[in-house]
Amino acid sequence: MSNFISSSIGKKLIMSISGLFLIVFLLVHLTANLFLLGGSDAFNISAHFMGTNPLIQIMQPLLALGFALHIIYSLIVQFHNWKSRPVNYAKVNQKDASTWASRNMIWLGLFVLAFLIIHLINFFWVLKFGEPETTVVNGVEMEDAYSLVAGLFINGGTLAYVYSAIYIIGFIALGMHLHHAFWSAFQTIGWSNIKWRKRLTLIGDVYAIIIAVGFSIIPIYFLFIK
Amino acid sequence: MAHKTINIKLRVWRQKDAKSKGGFETYELENISVDSSFLEMIDVLNEKLVSEGKEPVAYDHDCREGICGMCSLFINGRAHGPDSLVTTCQLHMRKFSDGETITVEPWRVGSFPVIKDLMVDRTAYEKIMQAGGFVSVSTGGVPDANAIPIPKANADEAMDAAACIGCGACVATCKNSSAMLFVAAKVSQLALLPQGRIEASRRAKNMVAKMDELGFGNCSNTGACEMECPKGISIAHIARLNREFLSANIKG
Repeated sequence: MSNFISSSIGKKLIMSISGLFLIVFLLVHLTANLFLLGGSDAFNISAHFMGTNPLIQIMQPLLALGFALHIIYSLIVQFHNWKSRPVNYAKVNQKDASTWASRNMIWLGLFVLAFLIIHLINFFWVLKFGEPETTVVNGVEMEDAYSLVAGLFINGGTLAYVYSAIYIIGFIALGMHLHHAFWSAFQTIGWSNIKWRKRLTLIGDVYAIIIAVGFSIIPIYFLFIK
Repeated sequence: MAHKTINIKLRVWRQKDAKSKGGFETYELENISVDSSFLEMIDVLNEKLVSEGKEPVAYDHDCREGICGMCSLFINGRAHGPDSLVTTCQLHMRKFSDGETITVEPWRVGSFPVIKDLMVDRTAYEKIMQAGGFVSVSTGGVPDANAIPIPKANADEAMDAAACIGCGACVATCKNSSAMLFVAAKVSQLALLPQGRIEASRRAKNMVAKMDELGFGNCSNTGACEMECPKGISIAHIARLNREFLSANIKG
């Protein structure tokens, strides 16, 4: 077993499984976020449900583990890959051989990680460890998550534009990361062949667009429509 | 018939031996026939160098008909140069334009150290093959070809994988220097056939272990290898290798 985990394919499998787990998480996260478009009460009820549901409480540390494994193994694998070519080529032309995203997964990933840290400071940290404002919906007192989001994207003045830009660029980078990641995860598990590769890349692209556009709608909605 | 020729400038990697620090040398060549192959063009350069009393450029070649896998060269940023589904010996000078500067480098892979100039040591591939890229059979008469029925689709796919000539273009192209396409082709060609199934688990485990031990990188599924493979071997074989390796490890 230890031979398996330390093998190149084993390490890639850990990245693949943790990646697929994060892919599922993103869909859940997007679904919960889209309640923002339904107004203050709808989103606060949704956020309160996510914050108090026992299943979500179990999933939260697992999610942190998923992120940790994916990030740590990406670095292990990447450093080994760099070491495998001690002398670089003077000239490389790969524009027709592979996609830009597939060649730059580590940079896209690190960019998304930087965005994730900003995002956690903006919301997760405040809700979990700070003192967020509360509100009462249907007689239940809960954290006013809606105001927290609206505050970031509307009430900040110039800062609202800066945050909106950071978030949208973060989502575009995430979408590009997913464009290669989705199919790649299945290929690593071995669940691909010539036929399924086309199907999986198509599903992956649709998924990546849904995630990138879906999340981007939120800052755009608050900035321009609300 | 008028014979078309071009003038070119070559930027060639020169390295005295494995331990020396190499560097690029620039050579100008005139009146190179567009119908000559890339290797014939280097032969012209070498004759010129020899006549000038200089050391000719060392490079690997053998059959010069695209099937031995001996020729290599990273030309203008691409393995086997600016053409698809060919080895360097099958690359023609008509793929280049008059006055072009052509950069020629050896494969840059830690596991394939440079021996001299453009020659690299691909013994690592032999070591991977010795780890399991074979079928152990007892000696005796050749069995009848149709004694073991094999589905046509499997036979075709095994044949596609068996087209691998072990040139190393996949590793040379891969941004991670991963040898997965090579190992996948060798594992696939045998895993698809009943004769190879018997040792399939052991083969997948041992060849992957040897590949890792030799310091090749990790596959990140960019697909660049299959685009530069002179035999057009698909990365679908890599998915099969992953399946074979996983199931071999699950079985224990």
